[in-house]
Amino acid sequence: MFEYAPAPESRAIVDIRPTYGLFINGEFVDGGDPHKSINPATEEVLAEVSWADAADVDRAVRAAREAYDRVWGPMPGRDRAKYLFRIARLIQERSRELAVLESLDNGKPIRESRDVDLPLVAAHFFYYAGWADKLEYAGFGGRPTSQHSGPQPRPLGVAAQVIPWNFPLLMLAWKIAPALAAGNTVVLKPAETTPLTALLFAEICQQADLPAGVVNIVTGAGETGRALVEHPGVDKVAFTGSTEVGRAIARAVAGTRKKLTLELGGKAANIVFDDAPVDQAVEGIVNGIFFNQGHVCCAGSRLLVQESVADRVLESLKRRMAQLRVGDPLDKNTDIGAINSAAQLARIREISDSGSAEGAERWSPPCELPERGFWFAPTVFTGVTQAHRIAREEIFGPVLSVLTFRTPAEAVEKANNTPYGLSAGIWTDKGSRILWLADRLRAGVVWANTFNKFDPTSPFGGYKESGYGREGGRHGLEGYLNV
Amino acid sequence: MTATATSARSDLSELGRSETALRTFLHGLPGVDQVGAEQRAAQLGTRSIKTTAKAQAIDLAIRMVDLTTLEGADTPGKVRALAAKALRPDPADPSCPHVGAVCVYPAMVPHVAEVLRGSGVHLASVATAFPSGQAPLEIKLADTRAAVEAGADEIDMVINRGAFLAGRYSEVHDEIVATKDACGDAHLKVILETGELATYDNVRRASWLAMLAGGDFIKTSTGKVPVAATLPVTLVMLEAVRDFRAATGRQVGVKPAGGIKTTKDAIKYLVMVNETVGADWLDPDWFRFGASSLLNDLLMQRTKLTTGVYPGPDYFTLD
Repeated sequence: MFEYAPAPESRAIVDIRPTYGLFINGEFVDGGDPHKSINPATEEVLAEVSWADAADVDRAVRAAREAYDRVWGPMPGRDRAKYLFRIARLIQERSRELAVLESLDNGKPIRESRDVDLPLVAAHFFYYAGWADKLEYAGFGGRPTSQHSGPQPRPLGVAAQVIPWNFPLLMLAWKIAPALAAGNTVVLKPAETTPLTALLFAEICQQADLPAGVVNIVTGAGETGRALVEHPGVDKVAFTGSTEVGRAIARAVAGTRKKLTLELGGKAANIVFDDAPVDQAVEGIVNGIFFNQGHVCCAGSRLLVQESVADRVLESLKRRMAQLRVGDPLDKNTDIGAINSAAQLARIREISDSGSAEGAERWSPPCELPERGFWFAPTVFTGVTQAHRIAREEIFGPVLSVLTFRTPAEAVEKANNTPYGLSAGIWTDKGSRILWLADRLRAGVVWANTFNKFDPTSPFGGYKESGYGREGGRHGLEGYLNV
Repeated sequence: MTATATSARSDLSELGRSETALRTFLHGLPGVDQVGAEQRAAQLGTRSIKTTAKAQAIDLAIRMVDLTTLEGADTPGKVRALAAKALRPDPADPSCPHVGAVCVYPAMVPHVAEVLRGSGVHLASVATAFPSGQAPLEIKLADTRAAVEAGADEIDMVINRGAFLAGRYSEVHDEIVATKDACGDAHLKVILETGELATYDNVRRASWLAMLAGGDFIKTSTGKVPVAATLPVTLVMLEAVRDFRAATGRQVGVKPAGGIKTTKDAIKYLVMVNETVGADWLDPDWFRFGASSLLNDLLMQRTKLTTGVYPGPDYFTLD
C-alpha cells in the first residue's frame, strides 16, 4: 500500500483579524452586530464579522454614488483599466494567501482554491481590465460605424451585488470586474458564511489605491441583502444564489428602474453515450458532481447514461469514487473538503434520505469522515426515476442521481425535463451528435467531452428558472451598460 | 468489463486467429479523449508526496528501476560496472535496495549475467532488431533466443510499428506470439514505441494487441525516438492492463521508459499507478521504470531524507 503522508498547506501565510467591520468609502468602519465566521472543517471560529443593517447599507450606497458621480464615472476607460490590472496583479501576488483563506472559510480543498478559484479570479480581472477602454467595440453600439452606430455605451451607476458561499472570491470577481470595467461602482454583499476573502479583497483595493467608494463590501445575511437590493439609490442588481431568493429579488425589483441579472440554481444532465471515451467520461462525471463538494450551481447532478453501457460506466465510476480523498481542506491531497455549513449539510441529508425512502439505491465508497465539522461522503444513487425528488431538486452537495436512456431523443427529453437550465454535458466520440444535441438542450452552457470548464472569455448563464443575463465574455458587459 | 471473466477469456483467446476479429475487437475498444486523458494525468501530477510517503516511494522506485545502457559504445567493462551498481546502488548505505533489473543489448548479456547471478536482480535484454524492429522475423527470433541462452530472463521486444500503423494487426500479433515462444521461460516486455503510434487510441489498441498476444509487460518506448514515456500515455496503458485483467483474469505489467529523470517524475508515475490500478501493481514484478540517470536522483533524494543533507552529485557513482 502507498499511503500519502499528510501534506498540509501552511495557514501561517494568512493573517486573520479577530474582528472585521464593513468596507465603506475606502475604509473599514464599524457596523451592526458582530457574527462569527467559522471554519466548516473544524467548527473553529475564524473571526467576528459585523452584519450591516439598513443604515450601513445606505452609507455604502451613498459612498458608491458619490464615487460614481465624481471619480469613476467620468474617468477615462484606460485609467480604470490601470486600476483593474493592478488589482489583478495583486491577486496573483497574494494568491496563496487568498487560497488558504478561501479554503479555511469555505471548506473547499486547497487543491481547488489554489488551482481553480484563484487563477480564474485573477483571469477575470485581467480580462475585464482589457475591456475598460474598448467598450465602444463590444458590439453594444458606439464607435465602429460612426454616426449610424447609436449612442456610446454608458455605465448604469451603482451596482448592488449579492453573491453566494460556494465560490466566494470567484463570484466576487465575476461581479466586480465587469461592473468596474464598464464604469459602475459597486456595493457587494458576500454570503454570511464566507465573508473573509471579500474582506481581504477590500484590503487589496486599498493596496491598489482604488479611489474610495468604488468598491464597498457590506457583510451580513438575508436582511442585509434585502436592504441592499431594495435600496432606491441602486441602478443595477446582480444576484447569484438560489432560485427561491432570486424570485424574491425579481419581485422586489419589478417596477423600478433597476436592471437585473440573476444566476440561480441548476439540475444539470451529464449525458453519456455508448461510444463515449469511458475513462474520461468517468473523470467528467466525478468532476461534474464532486468538484467543490457539489456546491456548484452548474454541477452535473443528474447522470444520464445510455442503458447499453450503464453497468460498465457505473462500475468504473464506483471504482473511481473509491479513490476520492475526503478530509482536511488544507491538505494538498484532499479531493473533497467540508460541507459549507450545518444548514447545508442538513439539507443534503434530508434530500438524500428521501432518495432512499423513494426507492433509489444509495452507494458511497468506504471513507472515514472527521468527527468535527460538516462532512458528507460522496454518494451515488442508482435506479433513480424522473419522479424522485433527488432527480428534480437541486441538492447542492456531493450527491449524484443516475438515470438511463435508450435513444438520443429520450436523452434530450429527460435532460430538458427540469425547471432549470443552467448547464449540460455530452460525452460521445461523434461530433455530429454533439452538435445535434447542443441545439436541443435548453441549457445556457453545454460542455462536450468535458465539464465544469470556465474561462473569463466565455459567457455563462441560465435558461428558464436558472436565471437570466450572462456573466463572462463580451456578453458579461451588457448587464453593466446602458445599451 | 461486464462479461464474466471465464466467458470473456474464451472469447478473447480466439481473436488472434482472424484479422477481422482482431480488427473488430481493437476498434471496438472505447476511445480515449486526448484532452481528458492529459488533464487527468496532470491532475495526478499535483499530488503532494512528503516525508514517510516520499521515503516509501523512493525505495519502491529504486526497486522498480530497469537500469539501462543501450549504446553502440557499450563494452563489457561498462556493463559490468552498471551491474555492480544495480546490486548496490548506494555503496555508502547497505539499507538501500537493489534495482529491479539491468537492461542491455544481447551481446552484453553474458558479461552482466556473471555479475548478477543469484542476486535477485533480473537481467533484461532488448531484442528483435531493437530499436527499429525492421528485420526479417527469423532474425528477430534468433536475436531473442540468443539473448535468452546467454542468460537474460527478461526480453524487451519492439513491435512492428509499420505493420501496426498500416492496420496489419495479425502480423504484429503473430510476431509477438512467435517472440513469446522464443523466450521460453523468460518474461516478455512488449515495447509499443508510443511516440511513433501518435494517438492515445492507437496506444490503447496496441496495448490490448500486445496483451492478447501473450506479452507479460507492455512498455512505452525504446528511448531512441524523440518522444518517449509520458504520463498520459502511461495512464492509457495502465487503464488497459486494468481492463485486461478484469476481462481475462491475467495481470500484465507496465514499464514507462525514456525521459524519466527525476525523483519527482518517478513519484508522479507511482501516484498514477496507485490511483489507476491500485496496490496490486505497486511492485517491481508489475511496474518498472526504464531509466539510467533516474537512479542517481533517487539516491540523492534518499540520502537527503535519511541524513537531512543534500549531497552533491559527486557522491554518487557515474557509470
